[in-house]
Parts: sequence; structure tokens; C-alpha cells
Amino acid sequence: MMENTNEMTLIFDSRPVNEGLARITAASFCTQLNPTLEEVADLKTAVSEAVTNCIIHGYEGEIHKIRMDLRRKGQELFVDITDQGVGIADIKKAMEPLYTSKPEKERSGMGFTFMEAFMDEVTVDSAVGVGTSVHMKKTIRR
Amino acid sequence: MNTMFQQDGSVLTVHLPADVDHPISDEIRRESDRIIGKVYIRTMIFDFEATDFMDSSGIGLLMGRYRALGMRQGCIRAVQVSSHIDKLLHLSGVHKYIEIQKSEGEGMI
Repeated sequence: MMENTNEMTLIFDSRPVNEGLARITAASFCTQLNPTLEEVADLKTAVSEAVTNCIIHGYEGEIHKIRMDLRRKGQELFVDITDQGVGIADIKKAMEPLYTSKPEKERSGMGFTFMEAFMDEVTVDSAVGVGTSVHMKKTIRR
Repeated sequence: MNTMFQQDGSVLTVHLPADVDHPISDEIRRESDRIIGKVYIRTMIFDFEATDFMDSSGIGLLMGRYRALGMRQGCIRAVQVSSHIDKLLHLSGVHKYIEIQKSEGEGMI
């Protein structure tokens, strides 16, 4: 039998109001894998962190496009969130718990920590002046 | 005053909405700082009864208000906290600075 696969892409403006749209879309897509409420809550928080990063850090408040790719392969869920913003010079430092480049905005510096805590895998591709792509994977246990 | 906010003497209670994310955290920050600048607030209570989603923006909000109230022990309380919110508070380390009261019935299932 063919393995269950499915994919979708959502492209949206980097407006804070769309953070909700992105995480609800990811949660809806995920329901076909029969997740627990806890798994859905974890996914929503991870997506929200990645999208908020694009808005605040990637585009620094300017309105441009954010792209979210959702892909299912069996019980594995892949989420890629991409911006074409300023990029991250030091990815290792950006991913350190409590590190934030914007303390004046009361960012907690926990964004990547939450993504790593709630997803099974998180990797980041970034180039200064080109943009940033966060790749996340979560296996939904059944 | 915004309907989320309830002030009783030096105690300011915030009834948080279903989703505590980046835009709502900004709004709550602005309104609470406006109130704190106007009247003496000793304790802030964040009521999570209606909340089922939060991200790190909410953590920034709690830590920022902790600083705004002089970083005194017990000046920030999180009440009616669900297990998912409790997980975020512990992962971020915020639980070391604020008082947390889990919602009734949590862990009974």
C-alpha cells in the first residue's frame, strides 16, 4: 500500500495577526495524523515561535512574505518556515536559551528552546541578507 | 480600563485570553505598564483560566512585569495554569521567579 503522504504550502504577510493563522493551519493539517491534544499544543507553540522570529527578527517589523511548508510522510510531520529577511549571522548563539538580540522588546530568548523542546528535530539554514529557513520534524505517536 | 484587567487596591489581575501570543502580549504589556505608572501596584495576578495556548512572548510578558514590579518575591502570580502552560513556565525557568497555582482538577485524570 502507498504510504500516506500529503503536503501544503501557505504564504502570508509578516503581520503579527497571521501568527495565529499559521499555527491553526499547522494544527489542522496535523489532525490527519491523529495527534493527542498535547502534541497539537506543542506543534502550535513551535510554529508560533518560528513565525514570530520571521516577523520580529527576519523582517524587523517590515511587511514581506513568510512561507510555511507542511508535509506528512506516514506519521512524520515536517514543517519548514522560511523568510527572506536579514538572516542570522551566528545561528549557534541565536539558538542558545535566553539569548535574544531584542531584549528591549521583552523577547524572552526562549523561541528556539521551545521549538527544540516541542519538536523532535529542529535545524536552521540562514545566510545574512538572504533569509532564514527553520526545518522542524515531529513524529506523531499513535 | 480594558476588560481583561481588574484592579483591586494594589493588586492587578489580568484575565488572559485563549491565545497568549506576540500581538496580545504586546497589548497586555502596554496596558499594564500604563496602570502601573498611574497607581501603586504591588502584585500582579495572571489568570490563565481561559488560556489554552501560549508561546515565548507570554514568558517575556511575565518576566518583564516581574522586573517592572521590582523583582520582589511573590509579586507575580500565575493562577489556573494548565499542564501545557505549566510546562512552558518550567522549561523557560520562569517558575523560579513567580508563584504558580495549577488549575483545579489538573492531574486528577
